[in-house]
Amino acid sequence: MEIRIENLSYIYGQGTAYEKKALDNISLTIHGGEFIGIIGHTGSGKSTLIQHLNGLNKATSGAIYVDGKNICEEGYSMRDLRFQVGLVFQYPEYQIFETTVLKDVCFGPKNQGLYSEDAEKQAREAMRMVGLDESYEQKSPFDLSGGQKRRVAIAGILAMKPKMLVLDEPTAGLDPKGRDEILGVLRDLHRKQEITVVLVSHSMDDVADYADRIIVLDKGKILYDDVPEKVFTHVKELEEVGLAAPQVTYIMKALRQEGWDVKDTVTTLPEARDQILKELGAGAAFAGRSQDGLTGGKADD
Amino acid sequence: MRKPDRKSIIEGHELRYEYLHYDDEGKVDSSYEALKGVDLDVKEGQFIAILGHNGSGKSTLARQLNALLIPTGGTLFVDGSDTRDESKVWLVRQAAGMVFQNPDNQIISSVVEEDVGFGPENMGVPTKEIWERVRKALTAVGMMEYRKSSPNRLSGGQKQRVAIAGVIAMRPKCIVLDEPTAMLDPGGRSEVVGTVRQLNREEGVTVILITHYMEEVIHADRVIVMDEGKVVMTGTPREIFSRVEDLKKIRLDVPQVTELAYMLKQSGVPLPDGILTIGELTEELGKLKGRK
Amino acid sequence: MLKDITLGQYYPGNSIIHRLDPRVKLMGTMVFIVSLFAFGSVSAYLLATLAIAVVVTTSKIPLKYILKGLKPVFVLMLITVLFNLFLTPGRTVWKFWKLSITAEGIRFAIHMAVRLTYLIIGSSILTFTTTPNSLTDGLETGLGFLNVFHVPVHEIAMMMSIALRFIPILMDETDKIMRAQEARGADFHSGGLIRRVKAMVPLLVPLFVSAFRRANDLALAMESRGYHGGAGRTKMKPLVYRRRDVAAYIAMAVYLILMILLKFFVKIPVNIL
Repeated sequence: MEIRIENLSYIYGQGTAYEKKALDNISLTIHGGEFIGIIGHTGSGKSTLIQHLNGLNKATSGAIYVDGKNICEEGYSMRDLRFQVGLVFQYPEYQIFETTVLKDVCFGPKNQGLYSEDAEKQAREAMRMVGLDESYEQKSPFDLSGGQKRRVAIAGILAMKPKMLVLDEPTAGLDPKGRDEILGVLRDLHRKQEITVVLVSHSMDDVADYADRIIVLDKGKILYDDVPEKVFTHVKELEEVGLAAPQVTYIMKALRQEGWDVKDTVTTLPEARDQILKELGAGAAFAGRSQDGLTGGKADD
Repeated sequence: MRKPDRKSIIEGHELRYEYLHYDDEGKVDSSYEALKGVDLDVKEGQFIAILGHNGSGKSTLARQLNALLIPTGGTLFVDGSDTRDESKVWLVRQAAGMVFQNPDNQIISSVVEEDVGFGPENMGVPTKEIWERVRKALTAVGMMEYRKSSPNRLSGGQKQRVAIAGVIAMRPKCIVLDEPTAMLDPGGRSEVVGTVRQLNREEGVTVILITHYMEEVIHADRVIVMDEGKVVMTGTPREIFSRVEDLKKIRLDVPQVTELAYMLKQSGVPLPDGILTIGELTEELGKLKGRK
Repeated sequence: MLKDITLGQYYPGNSIIHRLDPRVKLMGTMVFIVSLFAFGSVSAYLLATLAIAVVVTTSKIPLKYILKGLKPVFVLMLITVLFNLFLTPGRTVWKFWKLSITAEGIRFAIHMAVRLTYLIIGSSILTFTTTPNSLTDGLETGLGFLNVFHVPVHEIAMMMSIALRFIPILMDETDKIMRAQEARGADFHSGGLIRRVKAMVPLLVPLFVSAFRRANDLALAMESRGYHGGAGRTKMKPLVYRRRDVAAYIAMAVYLILMILLKFFVKIPVNIL
């Protein structure tokens, strides 16, 4: 599945006192199988943008082509689109309403017109994908922990078998454990189920670790659209729009300033480790050294 | 270093709390012990951070400090008052103010300044003094220019600063913040943590910050790590972050710089434990490079 | 949709009407409404028109904006007027099938139309020029005497102000939940009545859950900030009468006196209607 957005603009509350241009001439293409991170400050338009992907927002101007067909044209079935592009809202656990987990996850497939049995089959599959075994099926979703509820909500979308999964800050408000679980689920879905993932986040660390392409939005415009290493070279510009690079990028920049021959485009920890080790002349060289020799080592500078 | 003989503002001994679940007939059908014997001693003017997962008992502990929950075991004194003593409950709440997680659900009024005045109004502070307190509190959190605004027009970080002002206006000795940044974006988070640090340094307010973001505890005087209703680690941030492995075991994060230092150490680079800032790491690495 | 309703919303401004004590404005609105129903004559309506024209002009709220507020209640007014027109017994002037219009019916209908229009204009001026908070304050202080009859005035006022704070939040939330369920294929806009009602379940359950959670959080927050009812509370913004408020009360008295004088001394023949 491919989504091509051309010159998309969106204006909130057109004709009222609160009129605001939320998206300004956006053009981009999402290819099947990508893992894209969209980052931007609160109010940069990222949530507005992703609600166009499944037709919840109607473009003020511009066009959106899904597999070549313009969804802005009359007669395009928005409902079918919603089943193909699964959109997980921020704090999705607030949309849970059924008495059992299984029933809630079935809501989407049933809306697709599936019979109970098929809907339940898809729901069960979706629950497995997010790591909820059958012991959860008959539990009340309201008794679960925050991280578990969120997985139920994501399963509710996955049960519709979307080709693309779009998530608005799926880790907001979770503790590190819950966050790792969710991001792990996304990575698995992308790798094993080959689902296209679009992840909206303001956590630079997460985006850098997981996405292979990053789109930076600011004031409704695309600021950057590139691989993480390239995007995070613009540390200064990112900071100007209220964002930051991952901490590891700053570390490498600091080392570079001290004359180290390391790349400052590093965005993940293992990369950083390897580069530093290389500069230090391989980790093995240190294996024999004791730590005592280090503490008084100021004179060496 | 601060004076060691400062007065204790919070003294908890063997604190326990049991949540009871009732069946339809009102009988207890299950119970869950959220706190399993926690000791806590906070001195005036300290900045204490409590780390832990959801369900580690940290929020239960926070609510006890404000007498919203009364310990089911152990004793807790807040500014000299026993929280079990019902006649002292308002003294306790005034001594230890509380800021909650959801910025929307703790602002009562539709105008910022009126919300900040809510606490003093409840305390029966005279009108003229309320205005004085509101002005000071809003200035302290840098929200004076928004005093006439509606909270609905503010960002998450700004709303939390208003909530903090609302607590400061009650002139507490201690502020307990229960995951105040969990629902904020990075900008909002640093806004709130910056405000809290400033209050601690400049106004001498004792701060107890409950969070699961590691970057926020680096500047604390003492960090308490909780897991499954117990205190599992306590010490300075440096001491805590030296124990990367233990933290990982209970699936807590460390700041990326600490993690990188740890990874390098694992690869045989002789770095000291508990590196907390980029400056420290580059300095230590610089020494190593220099001696090569 | 909901956002188009201007009735009951505050229109920011700094006119003398805006600055009046909310108790004065509440009283004024009451006096005005009572006068409409107690003195139903052409001359009384003319005086009421004059009064409202003066108030609208001083309030500096565009007339267009005020009239926009009438739109959503227009249907309601129409029904009332039609009922009066057709269902009042009396001298028949026109008959069609089973419906008949009487002279009394016409008179009642016109009275009703004028009264309702003025009632809505009058009360919307109150809400246009008074912030919800100060309105609540005005109610709390102005109706404080009801405490004697064990009416929990403070609690009612507190409830009102909390409701005012959370209505916009819950409206946003409704929109969000609707979108989230639409993303799961829910359909709120088609089908018959029963289907539509059923379609509301996925919206209403989360909305109630959320409202309860918010209520619970808010109760905790209020308790932790020392709230324990109205007893022993002081006020940050106590209501104090100023000279303009006294002047407004005098104006009201003059208005009432004029109304009474009109009733007894100026007789415009009713049958011109």
